[in-house]
This record gives sequence, structure tokens and C-alpha cells, in this order.
Amino acid sequence: MTSLWGYAFVHHAIMVGMITAVVAGAVGYFVTARNMGFAVHGLAEMGFTGAAGAVLAGVAPEVGLLSACLLAALAIGLLGVRLRERDVAIGTVLAFGLGLGVLFLVLYTRYATEAFSILFGAILAVDAQDVVRSAVIGALVLAALLLVYRPLQFASIDPAVAEARGIPVRLMSVVFLLVLALAVAEAVQVVGVLLIVTLLITPAGAARRLTAQPGLAILYSTLIAAGVTVGGIVGAVYTSWPVSFFVSTLSLLAYLAARLGARPARA
Amino acid sequence: MNQTPDSIAADRQIGAGALHAARDAATHPHQPGAAVQLEDASLAIAGRRIWTDLSLTIARGEFLVVIGPNGAGKTSLLRVLLGLVPLVRGRALVHGEVPRRGHPAIGYIPQQRAFDPEIPLRGRDLVGMGLDGHRWGISVRPAAHRARVDRILDLVGARGYADAPIGRLSGGEQQRLRIAQALIGDPSLLLCDEPLLSLDLHSQAVVVELIARWSRERDATVIFVTHDINPVLRLAHRILLLTGARWGVDTPDRMLTTETLSSLYGVPVDVVRHRDRVAVLGVDVGGHDPVPHAEHGS
Repeated sequence: MTSLWGYAFVHHAIMVGMITAVVAGAVGYFVTARNMGFAVHGLAEMGFTGAAGAVLAGVAPEVGLLSACLLAALAIGLLGVRLRERDVAIGTVLAFGLGLGVLFLVLYTRYATEAFSILFGAILAVDAQDVVRSAVIGALVLAALLLVYRPLQFASIDPAVAEARGIPVRLMSVVFLLVLALAVAEAVQVVGVLLIVTLLITPAGAARRLTAQPGLAILYSTLIAAGVTVGGIVGAVYTSWPVSFFVSTLSLLAYLAARLGARPARA
Repeated sequence: MNQTPDSIAADRQIGAGALHAARDAATHPHQPGAAVQLEDASLAIAGRRIWTDLSLTIARGEFLVVIGPNGAGKTSLLRVLLGLVPLVRGRALVHGEVPRRGHPAIGYIPQQRAFDPEIPLRGRDLVGMGLDGHRWGISVRPAAHRARVDRILDLVGARGYADAPIGRLSGGEQQRLRIAQALIGDPSLLLCDEPLLSLDLHSQAVVVELIARWSRERDATVIFVTHDINPVLRLAHRILLLTGARWGVDTPDRMLTTETLSSLYGVPVDVVRHRDRVAVLGVDVGGHDPVPHAEHGS
């Protein structure tokens, strides 16, 4: 078993997993601050449709996944004006996407394996090219977050005052959806469309139980995401059970531990 | 604070919508000392007329209280001054300039809304946003930032709970932090949109005193939108009443009379004074939430 660590695919998996975890942990902080869990699901499921469509068209599924996520993010950002309206907009886009995905699956059943890996992740199947792509996308996401950190934080937590201070709140919303689309495309590689929450929401949800300090919450969130991802890969390598199973289990445990652990006390 | 500057006392105006349109902009040259000027300003949102031909000069250091029923455009007036909503006609000036987004001299205090108890944010983070939350990137001078936040926290007496999760603070504590957030930018114009809503009486008094003290010490102008005039009655230099069809502005003593309010509202209104409190009976004086008519007397 130990000899498995000599294989390149394990190294690739660890590298993609670490990059994804940092991205998901940081983006997840804003997902929870903005209450956008629904959008995470919506984007992931649109990504599934895009990937299925790409396979159908003879294009790499990664390309379809990424473009569908970005297009869906743009659509949601431009349609959604108010929060309540946005929920309806996301729901509509999501249902349409899943419907298409189901159609593709039924029409082209020979792609069932590919569909399975998009739905549940296939981190142990990534190659060197995937590592490079993940690193580029990851760097893009982190650079974008650094650039808009303060106004995005302001607009996410305190939109009324942010608007009064002249922050383009709508623009921040669209920018964040695009960042989120990239993060979703990254995380799908590890845990798949259906378990996306386990990397993009749970670690941030656990982190906010541990600290009220935004910078620390982001740090904890990325550490938890990295821990459960690497733990999941190790577990899968040793048992040949699916990575997603381990990641989602560890994620749940981390969340429970954070809930039961110390809450930020009132000073 | 009951003493009214002469320039303000002389500026008694009653407007009546389109009937008032004969005003000539030339009669309202920009006044150098004015904090805010509105000249025949008309606002419509989605085709609906909100207020029409509003003309008003607010002096530096003036405390103007804005009342009126729901939908009469009180919040919209603040949004015009913040540069978020354009006028359909007329002119608005803030310190002699056309309103623009993110004007550094403006501090904005919203109504208290409870934060998510789990939101990973401390009071000092909220206050810090008021200082540099609109800038790109991340803070590059954390020590200087922290010192400035601490100073303003001391000023509003919120230092003791500034490191606690903001969602676990009381409404009054959160609103003190909101005031620190607005004051940290050193504003000379404070726009307050129902900052007392859903606060208990003690917290209301604290919030009003913090705003009044800033106004007094910095000669800062305050525009204070409220549905309950009593907490700010002794501070108000003038009251602006927006009723949709009409508007009027005058000193509290002259505005809060049965005759004046009845003519502005267009329906019979009773103004009852009891000790230092005023009750307006017969109309909705305003507020974002449904306000029982009798509330102003309670």
C-alpha cells in the first residue's frame, strides 16, 4: 500500500486538492457571509450540464464545466437584482440546467463514467495538465479576492452602508459570482457537483464557529478545507473507497467539532 | 440647542407640489455656507412622483428632522444626497457640489438591523469598514488603522465590546458601533435614516446624544429621518415634513401646530403637547414599519 505514494497520480491529486482547498476555503467565507449556498448548488449543477454537453460535443468536459459555470454566474448576476428575486432566478436557471443534464445522460448513456466523475469527483484521475490548470484558476481566484477584499467584505456584510459609501454593490455581486464560478469548477474536480457544499460551505461554516475575526475565519476555513481534502485523498488511497466519501465525512466531523468546541465568547 | 440660527428661522417655507412651481432657480443662488441646497428639486421613482419642487437650504451645523408618512420620500431624500438617485428636475447641492457616490464628508447611519448571530465580524471590523472598506485590496497599515478605530470606539464608548462577535451584541450596542462607523470618516454631514427604530428608550437617548454631540463639537450638519419626533425634539432646529403632495419646513414650534400640519397633510390633524412631548393624532407620521397612530403620544 505504501508504494502507492510513489505514483504520480497521488502527487497530482494532493497538489490539485491543496490548491482547491485554499480556493474553496477562502471563497467559502464569502459564500456564508452572503448566504449564497443556493447559488453554489446552482452553479455546480449548471457546470454538470456544461460538462455533459461538452462530452457530447467532443470537447473536454473541464472546458464545458468551466464555461457553463461562468455563463450561469453571469446570468444569475445580471438577472438577480434583489435577494428574493435572485433566489427565483437561481432556481429557474438551476432547474433548466439539471433538466438538460438529465437529457444528455439519457441520450448518451455510454458517457455514464464521465457523468459519475463529474457528479462525485475524480481527484485521483487528475494529470499534470489538470494541476497546471488548477493552479492558474486558483491564482486567478485568489488574486481577484485580494483585489476586491475590502469592498466585497463591506458589500457582503453591510450592503446598505456600503452603497451609501459609494461601493458598486451590484458590480461586487457579479464579480463575486464569477469568482464563485471558478471556485466551483475547481472543487468539482475533488468532490463533484453533488457534494460541492462539503468544500465550499462546511469549512467556512465551521470556521465562523471558531472566531469572529474575518481574517482568522478565512485562515481557519482554508486550513479545515485543506485538512479534509488531504485526509480524504489519503483515506481513499489506503482503502480504495471514494475520495468524496472521506472528504464529506471529515468535513462533517470538522463542523461538528467546531460546533461543540469553543464558541467565540463575549468580551 | 433650541436656539435657532437667524438664517434658519427666516427660512420658513411651505410647498404645495406643482402649485409651487413658480419659483425661479435664480432666486436661489448657491449659498457659500450651506451644507445642503435643494432647488426646485423633484423626484420620481419608476414614474411615480415622490416629491415636487422641494426648495430648501440647510445651513452648516443645522439639525434638520425629516418626518412624513411611509412612501413620502424621506429615505429617497437621503439617497439623492448620497448620489444614488438622480432628480428628475431641479438641483441638489452638497457642500456646493452635485451629489456623488462615496462623498467622504458624508456619514450615513442606517436603521438598526440585527446581524446574523454567527457572522464572523467584530464591532471593530464594522467600524473599520467605515474608514477604508471602500478601498481596493487589503489593509496595508493595520497599526494606524487600529489606532484610529480605537479612538472612535472610545469616543462612542464601545471599546469594551468591540472585539466580541457583533451578532451577539444588543441592538443598542450595535447601533453605537454604527455611529462609530459613520463618524470615523470625520463627516461634516450626517445622514441618519431611522437610526432609533427598534431601540429601547435608553439606547435611543444614547444614540441621539452621540449624534448631537458630534454635530455640536464639529459644527456638523445632521439630517435625521424619523417617525418619532420626540427623541430629537429638543435638538431640531427645523422640521421638514414630506407628505407626498406637499412639503413644509419650519421650526418645531411653528411646524407642530394643528393648523400647519392639517394644511400640509390635507386632512384634519390634532397636535397635542404634553410636557416635553408632542403627539400627532390622525395621520401616520412615518416610519419604515407600520406605526400605530397613537404611538407618538405614548
